[in-house]
Amino acid sequence: MSEVVKKFMYLNRKAPYGTIYAWEALEVVLIGAAFDQDVSVMFLDDGVYQLTKGQDTKAIGVKNFSATYRTLGDYEVKKIYVDRASLEARGLSPDDLVEIAWEDFETEEEIENIVEVIDSARVSELMNESDAIFSF
Amino acid sequence: MSDTIEVDGKQFAVDEEGYLANLNDWVPGVANVMAAQDNLELTDEHWDIINFLREYYEEYQIAPAVRVLTKAVGKKLGKDKGNSKYLYSLFPYGPAKQACRFAGLPKPTGCV
Repeated sequence: MSEVVKKFMYLNRKAPYGTIYAWEALEVVLIGAAFDQDVSVMFLDDGVYQLTKGQDTKAIGVKNFSATYRTLGDYEVKKIYVDRASLEARGLSPDDLVEIAWEDFETEEEIENIVEVIDSARVSELMNESDAIFSF
Repeated sequence: MSDTIEVDGKQFAVDEEGYLANLNDWVPGVANVMAAQDNLELTDEHWDIINFLREYYEEYQIAPAVRVLTKAVGKKLGKDKGNSKYLYSLFPYGPAKQACRFAGLPKPTGCV
């Protein structure tokens, strides 16, 4: 059965807590990963906070799901992008972000960190190339 | 939901699909009682997977989908165990779903 592989982009624009968007988006990505499409995940605006290290949710009494992003590689999501301008506008740098590893179990090919910080022109380009964009 | 299972004389709440309602309630006896309900007797090989799942959840805060579980088991416990034939031989109702239930975890993300 040959099916057309579509380019799906999941766009994350909101802070991790305070609304359900970030967690819901992550669940959709993990569930959608089973369908063998060409998936990329983009973090933009306050969405960049989702990938920051050292989150502590104890005081707000919700689950800290920041560790779950590190499973994206296991779910065979290989393309994770962060908008550089959004990071800089919030006083963040790439060092503030979690690293997500990816490994091909068959070939043992390994990539230590698939999180890629890109400039705005590249963000637009990737959006244009996508067949479908799911914005959260 | 008022479903419960009894472990060592104590009642534990479970959801409508038999998953433990409260993750923190879990004691190893829960796995034994759930396995008995499924007519399974847990061996060391079962416990390897159950403990592996609990560690995975502790680290990543999710129960892995079966595909991901298979890969991760292969990496941690060896390729002879990281295949679906082996895992289904231990957990005939589906390694992710059934083993996660025994381990007191929620239903795996990505399983329907």
